Amino acid sequence: MPDRIKKFLDSGALFIWFCGTAVAASLLMVGGVLLLIMINGLGFFWPHALVEMTLSDGTRVLGELKSEEVIPYSETPEFPKGKTRVRLKVGNRDLYGLDFRWVDTDRIASADSPKDAVAFERREWGNFYGRIREVSRGEDIVATGNQEGWQALQPLIGRANDLHEEIEHLQRDVIGDINYEIEGTRLRIRELELHGRSQTPEVTELQAATKQLESRYHKHVETLRALSRQLDEYSVVLVETNGSEKRLAVGQIVKALRPNDMSLIEKILRYFINFWSVLSEEPREANTEGGIFPAIFGTVMMVLIMSVAVVPFGVLAAFYLREYARQGLIVRVIRIAVNNLAGVPSIVFGVFGLGFFVYAVGGTIDNLFYPEALPTPTFGTGGILWASFTLALLTVPVVIVSTEEGLSAVPQEYREGSLALGATKFESMLRVILPSALPGILTGLILAVARATGEVAPLMLTGVVKLAPALPLDHHFPFLHFERKFMHLGFHIFDVGFQSPNVEAAKPMVYVTTLILVMVVIGLNLSAVALRNYMQKKFKASAV
Amino acid sequence: MSAGIDAVLQPHHTAAQQTANTTMASTQRSQDIKPKITVENTDFFYGEKQALFRVALTVPAHQVTAFIGPSGCGKSTLLRCFNRLNDLVEGARITGRICLDGKDIYAPSVDVTDLRTRVGMVFQKVNPFPKSIYQNVVYGPQLQGVRRRSVLDGIVEESLQGAGLWEEVKDRLHQSALGLSGGQQQRLCIARALAVNPEVLLMDEPCSALDPISTAKIEELLHSLKAQLTVVIVTHNMQQAARISDLTGFFLMGELIEYAETKTIFTNPSDSRTEDYVTGRFG
Repeated sequence: MPDRIKKFLDSGALFIWFCGTAVAASLLMVGGVLLLIMINGLGFFWPHALVEMTLSDGTRVLGELKSEEVIPYSETPEFPKGKTRVRLKVGNRDLYGLDFRWVDTDRIASADSPKDAVAFERREWGNFYGRIREVSRGEDIVATGNQEGWQALQPLIGRANDLHEEIEHLQRDVIGDINYEIEGTRLRIRELELHGRSQTPEVTELQAATKQLESRYHKHVETLRALSRQLDEYSVVLVETNGSEKRLAVGQIVKALRPNDMSLIEKILRYFINFWSVLSEEPREANTEGGIFPAIFGTVMMVLIMSVAVVPFGVLAAFYLREYARQGLIVRVIRIAVNNLAGVPSIVFGVFGLGFFVYAVGGTIDNLFYPEALPTPTFGTGGILWASFTLALLTVPVVIVSTEEGLSAVPQEYREGSLALGATKFESMLRVILPSALPGILTGLILAVARATGEVAPLMLTGVVKLAPALPLDHHFPFLHFERKFMHLGFHIFDVGFQSPNVEAAKPMVYVTTLILVMVVIGLNLSAVALRNYMQKKFKASAV
Repeated sequence: MSAGIDAVLQPHHTAAQQTANTTMASTQRSQDIKPKITVENTDFFYGEKQALFRVALTVPAHQVTAFIGPSGCGKSTLLRCFNRLNDLVEGARITGRICLDGKDIYAPSVDVTDLRTRVGMVFQKVNPFPKSIYQNVVYGPQLQGVRRRSVLDGIVEESLQGAGLWEEVKDRLHQSALGLSGGQQQRLCIARALAVNPEVLLMDEPCSALDPISTAKIEELLHSLKAQLTVVIVTHNMQQAARISDLTGFFLMGELIEYAETKTIFTNPSDSRTEDYVTGRFG
């Protein structure tokens, strides 16, 4: 018998089982994470049905049914075991104080999903669930009742959204441009003053220009006020399910839906509209609502800048270590140091980035090139460039190691073949070795991108903010504004999930942001993989 | 012919010759065969380990010279001294003189890249670059600054024809060289070496990884190449050496044991060790 066991163990069948189990467990974990994020994140865009419940005490509840669970600790006489309760998103934060409410199943007398219940998405205070009592223009009532009001409201909301777009355009583009110019002239005047030329005609000219710009600014502010007044022109009185009223301007409503009255196709369409608006819009309400476009943009741009910085740096270092340096003790020590660098906690890199890039390098740049802006720092504060450089430092070991591996995989015969044709070492490296090592280099880039996209801690010290006023890329020369602070999906998750006043309401946003972060990581990686495969195909043909 | 070769083979006046290859003394001289490479009293070291001992020989122009001998006997090392590819090896050291057309190739004034365009090489391990066939052939000329497309096209056709590959690949010049068969790849390597118009072609066991048919094609090629350049080939295959070479040198343990006309080496060697080797008694 022991003989048979020994034979079985030696056969390796058990080992194969262990290996298989390990792979299965890993896949299960990765799959589980993705599934959890997908379920929670993708559900966010669906227009959920509204449930209206009448409770045993006669009060009513209207909202989205979120979950049902067995009441924990329900073994006391008044809560016998096995009782359940449901959680509803009731919205109307301004009236109820909380967005969510637990209702014991026992207390529900009746429940149904009324077709006329309306879900409003508002610019402030979250969603409102209820019905329309009246729509009015100033003092005049335009429509009364839920049905009539609903029909009257549709064009008004569309118009209000157009107005909002116009206001935003005016604020960001027109007035933003003027502010940009005013700041430019202010800095120019300050620069001239610093050079002791504050009495020259140029300064007078600039001051006149500033005056002109200011008057233009005030004119546009007037237009802005007029537009804002138009937003308040129409107002609507909403009534929640128990009869409390709430008056608000139509301009406060982003959209109004009757989810119970929508067909499946309408819901699917709405799903994609919601998805797109999250991708393309800017955040509202302390980031817990609206879109996450600036965060997506900031993440991608930071990774691109990081890639541009890390690849040449890492590749050159690897070339030196592998091709030029004498292989000996020193090179071995350097290699060990580089490998260990990959294991340094990322926050350490953040501290280094803050001390070195932001304060030392950025401060020096400010003193040398932007003295007119001081004491306001230009580069001497966190910004997308410094964050990218910090991440480049963080990921450079990965690129060095992969490039070295790529280089050592280049057959010695290529080197000799090239040299034997009269190439110098440099020419051989440029024309034969580098192209052959390219897949290895790009593998390093893929790993670096994956690592950098998910890093948050060092960014918090070197340039990420909760809400950035402007994107680091715009139409003002020189288009790329490396000194600007930026938003990042990873930080957005942290901020929305743990720093917002209404965590429960922000939860869907956390999952959506996570989902999009994962999608961005996958997208960036896939493009790097596609690039590598293209390169490989270019240099290798299928075997004959 | 034979008299001419003997003339070139006439020993140089070094001590080493006395032991190794004084056997082919001949007083006849001929003008139609010139010495291309002369090796004088050369020692070669890999660090502490000596790989060549007092080697001296002369490679005649427009002939095929074969080096034979068991593994590790130094024949490849000597071959790689001719284009200074051994410079790459850390700790490598050479003493003595190796001359190409009478000029010392180890002199400080020599431009190594220039030397390597004059002395081309084909390797044991088939090594086309992972580029297109066309790109492989124009690699050398481009390094020398040839940019004109028409000139490069001409070089490609000429070199591939010289290597007997043109007919097989002319329709797929811009496909990857790695898609060719092993024998085709080796002929591409020959074409690549020919593209820079070398005076000498060094071949380090060029057929050891190839099938018999590909080998036959390359052997055939060597006969035609002789007219343009001087060939030095290292081979493990004694039949091959006997078939293709005009002269054969037999190496053992870093020493040149015997160097003579191929016919002589294989039929009437003067050293018993040579005889043992070529008859298959050892090695």
